[in-house]
Amino acid sequence: MGGEATSARAFPRALTAAGKLFRMTPSAAREAIWGYVFLIPWLLGLLIFMVGPIVASFYLSFTEYSILGTPKWIGINNFVTAFTKDDLMWPSVGRTFVYAFAIVPLGLFGSLLLAVMLNQQLLGTSLYRTLFFMANLIPIVASAILWTWMLHPKLGPVNWLIGQFGIEGPGWMASPTWALPTVILIGLWSSLGGNRMIIFLAGLQGVPKELYEAAEIDGARQWDKFRNVTLPMISPTMLFNLILGVIGALQVFNIAYVATAGGPSYATWFFALHIYRQAFEYFRMGYGSALAWLFTLILLGLTYIQMRTAGRWVYYAGEQ
Amino acid sequence: MPEQIGVLQAASAGRQVSAGTRLSRSVGRVTLYATVWVLGLLFAFPLYWAAITSLKAEKELYYFPPRFAPDALLWTNYVEVATKFPFLQWFLNTSTITALNVVGATVTGTIVAYSFARFRYPGRELLFMITLGTMMFPAQITLIPTFILFKLLGWVNTLYPLIIPPFFGGGAFTIFLLRQFIMSIPRDLDEAAVIDGASYPRVLWSVLVPLTKPALATVAIIHFIGAWNDFLGPLIYLNKPKMMTLAVGLRYFQTQPSDGRRFDHYMMAMVVMTALPCIILFFLAQRYFVQGIVMSGIKG
Repeated sequence: MGGEATSARAFPRALTAAGKLFRMTPSAAREAIWGYVFLIPWLLGLLIFMVGPIVASFYLSFTEYSILGTPKWIGINNFVTAFTKDDLMWPSVGRTFVYAFAIVPLGLFGSLLLAVMLNQQLLGTSLYRTLFFMANLIPIVASAILWTWMLHPKLGPVNWLIGQFGIEGPGWMASPTWALPTVILIGLWSSLGGNRMIIFLAGLQGVPKELYEAAEIDGARQWDKFRNVTLPMISPTMLFNLILGVIGALQVFNIAYVATAGGPSYATWFFALHIYRQAFEYFRMGYGSALAWLFTLILLGLTYIQMRTAGRWVYYAGEQ
Repeated sequence: MPEQIGVLQAASAGRQVSAGTRLSRSVGRVTLYATVWVLGLLFAFPLYWAAITSLKAEKELYYFPPRFAPDALLWTNYVEVATKFPFLQWFLNTSTITALNVVGATVTGTIVAYSFARFRYPGRELLFMITLGTMMFPAQITLIPTFILFKLLGWVNTLYPLIIPPFFGGGAFTIFLLRQFIMSIPRDLDEAAVIDGASYPRVLWSVLVPLTKPALATVAIIHFIGAWNDFLGPLIYLNKPKMMTLAVGLRYFQTQPSDGRRFDHYMMAMVVMTALPCIILFFLAQRYFVQGIVMSGIKG
């Protein structure tokens, strides 16, 4: 998806496109013009809210800018600061990766598992679906506050329950060692039964029944069917969820901002929180933009790797 | 899926099933039901806890072991929250933003998706690739310049920064989903209308929109939930208490000084009131929601 590579080719392509428009038959030209007309809202949106800001933040990343006054050009100083002087940055990147490495696989397989269970024609499926999905409907701020209360070390039901087994529950969000796992737990609770599960469910329901029947005739057991029919058939869905999952996980912000404020002792100080603090609390817009660019490059790199390696495990039915 | 069950029954009836297999199958079935129920309870319990805490008195918050039902149902907690804080204002702000997000994204998203799905013009594939490519960019990259733009327009502490952007196509995912859906509708239907002399807007409105309803419902629900629950946007743009949404209002409430007293019961009342509209909506619309995603055939 290299954004720059595509845009570098966009201009010559646009020229040939304009040339083609003149050689069209009247009805084809009419169709094309209407096509562009209907595209206008999105083209404007791309320009105003994507391309414009991306270019602007590239420029800002080489400046010092506090919103008041004008941006001051300082060359690559922001990047030098990020790499050498900002003690919080690299640990925050590392922490964000730890979070993503935990929550992406757990989330992916958890959601798949829930979807598989919902796809078994159980009685009351719509009830279970709603129960699973409900957590995802709660505003993440509300979830963070709700779990702060659930996990209150002294008064919460969770530590009480753990205590029934003679174990003393941890301090959860208040403990530097437990805070990160706690944020992962809340993230899982609110996302397992969400859109990802629904997309998996859609993928599962799209698997042709004949394949299962054929497998059954060959004497396949449940697990074989899952392993050799279901998994390959839904692997494109898996890739879709994986890529969006990684992008979402690396942007973890809300729970850490509301429940732990990045603490205790920076245990949940994630990269997105670091960017937010720099830009919107210390009003270092230039430095914030530089960090946002580093973040974006890391993310695009990861997405690129995932897509390049996807050929090895993703099966597209209908392709050779 | 009665049809599916029929197929399965037909398939199993066609073969000899031993008593052992049948037993292990029903054991499997029971385990499955048990797992689903336990998971369902696990997912729902925090919500139950929020609901009962919201009806407790302050002194009950200190009970240990915690009690799983309140001593008495204190509905007045809700009244207090709603009156002590500009709750109604927050509710109104959130509703305004949400309604306009839904309208903007579904209307403009449908138009753009129609263009991508049905029209032949140079550059279409490239533009569609770019559209999908925007999904790969994190929100952080556009956040700062967009903020500066709205700040220069004098729109900080207004609802405009949260209302206007969805009117530009509703984002890549919306366009993608609607395009996939429209492409699954037989082309003959709208081509016949074009041959009969209907204009393109007319075809979209009278032929395609009625058939696209499940996907439109899905998109509407996604935007409803997204806008209702959005936190980062309102956090950046709205900092006057009167202008806040429920999500940032909740955060504002959480950070109020409390003289060392617990006010979790009030917080949970607000959690419940914030979450309820989305839950009700999903209950009413979940069938369309799932259907829309299934029928658009999202596979990545």
